[in-house]
Amino acid sequence: MIASLLGISPAHWAALLAGLKWTIFLSVVGFLAGGLVGFIVALSRISDSVVVRAVAVTYVNLIQGTPLLVLMFVLYFGLPVFGLEMPPLAAACIAMTMFSAAYLGEIWRGCLQSVPRTQWEAADCLALARWERMLLVILPQALRIAVPPTVGFMVQIVKNTSVASVIGMAEMTYIGKLINNATFQPFRTYLIIAGLYFLLCYPLSWLSRRLERKLNVAHR
Amino acid sequence: MDYSFDFSFLRDYWPMLAEGLWLTVQLALMATVAGFLLGTLCAVASTSGSRILRAIVGLYVEIIRNTPLLVQLFVVYFGLASLGLKFSATTSAVIGLTINIGAYSSEIIRAGIESIHKGQIEAGDCLALSRWQVLATIVLPTAVEKVYPALASQYVLLMLGTSIASQISAEEMTAAASRIQSDTFRPFEVFLVIAALYLLLSFAMRGLFWALGQFAFARRRKLGTTL
Repeated sequence: MIASLLGISPAHWAALLAGLKWTIFLSVVGFLAGGLVGFIVALSRISDSVVVRAVAVTYVNLIQGTPLLVLMFVLYFGLPVFGLEMPPLAAACIAMTMFSAAYLGEIWRGCLQSVPRTQWEAADCLALARWERMLLVILPQALRIAVPPTVGFMVQIVKNTSVASVIGMAEMTYIGKLINNATFQPFRTYLIIAGLYFLLCYPLSWLSRRLERKLNVAHR
Repeated sequence: MDYSFDFSFLRDYWPMLAEGLWLTVQLALMATVAGFLLGTLCAVASTSGSRILRAIVGLYVEIIRNTPLLVQLFVVYFGLASLGLKFSATTSAVIGLTINIGAYSSEIIRAGIESIHKGQIEAGDCLALSRWQVLATIVLPTAVEKVYPALASQYVLLMLGTSIASQISAEEMTAAASRIQSDTFRPFEVFLVIAALYLLLSFAMRGLFWALGQFAFARRRKLGTTL
C-alpha cells in the first residue's frame, strides 16, 4: 500500500490537483474576460453620454447587489427554459466574467477618475483626440494606481470560483465534496482544500500589499 | 422568444420565501454585529504593541481572507461535527460568517486606528485619561468614523455572502428558492424574484448604514467631511 500524504490517498490527490487546475482555469478566464468587459464598464462609467453611463451604473448595481451564487443559478438553471442550455463550465465562466467585470469596472473607474483633472485638460489643450488622450495620457498614470487593487481583487476572483461548485463545475471545492463523500473525513478534507486555496491566494495578497507600498512612494 | 413568464408560484410559496428572507436578514444582522465586535477586539489587540497578539491576529486575518467562505462554512459545519462539535446549520452559518467578517472588519478598523494622528492620543494623555479611556473615547470612535464607508460596504457584501449558507442547508432565502424551483420547475422566475429581493436588501442596507452614519457621526453631518 502506498503511504498516503496527509491522510489523502494518491488517487484523491490526483483528483484534487485536477480540480485545482480548473480553479486556476476559471480564475484566469474570470480575470481576463472580466477585465476586458470591466474595462468597457469603466470607460462607460465616465462616458459623456448619460445613457451609456446609466446602463453601466445599472449593470454594476445589479451585479454588486445580488449574490454570485444567484447569478450562477440564473445562468445554469434559469436560462435553459429559453432553450439556452449550457454545461456548468460555460455557465461558471460567464458568471465569473459578469461578476469580475462589475467589480473591476468600479475599481478602474476610480483609478481613471483619480488622475487629476488638469491632466485631462492638458491633453485637450494639446489637441489630442479622445482615444489619444486616454491611451497616451490618462491610462499610463491610472495604471500605476490600478495595479495594487487589481491584484487584490484577483484574490476575490480565486475565492469566488469556489461558488461554481454548486452548479456542478468540477473545480477544487466540488472535488473536495466528492472526496468527503467517499472518505467521510470532512475536517481533514476541507482543511486541505482551504490550504490549497491559501497557497493560491496568499502570494497574490502579499504581492498586492507590496505593490501598494512600492507604487505609493510619493505619498508616504 | 415565446416563453411566457409565470409568477403564480408566489401565491402558494410566498410564506416559504418570506421565512427564507427573514433568516437571511437575521444571519446578516447577527454576523454584522458579532463580526464588528470581534473585528474591533482583534484590531485593538493587533495595535496594542504586543508582538504576539499582532502575530496571532495577523495569522487569523490572513487565513480567513485567503480562503473561500464556502470552504470555511464546510469546515465549521461538516468538519467540526466530525470532531464531535455538532452545531445546527443555522448556528454553523452564524459562527462561520462571524469568523469570516470578523477578519475583514479587523483589517479595516486597524487601518482606521493606525491613521489616527499621534497628537490626538497625546492630547488624551495630557487630559489624564487612562489608556482604556483614550481607546474608548478617542481612538475607536474616530477610527470607526474614518473607515465607516468601507465597513458598510463590507457588511453589504457579507449579506450577499449569506446566500452561501444555503450550501450547508441553512434554510435562508437561496435555499428556499432552490426548494421552490424544484417543486415548481420555474427556475428562471424564482431566481429572478430572489435576485430582486437581494437587490432590495442591499439597497435597504446601504440606506440604513447611511442613516446610522448620519445619526452616529454628528460631526461629519455638520462639517460634511471626516475629521
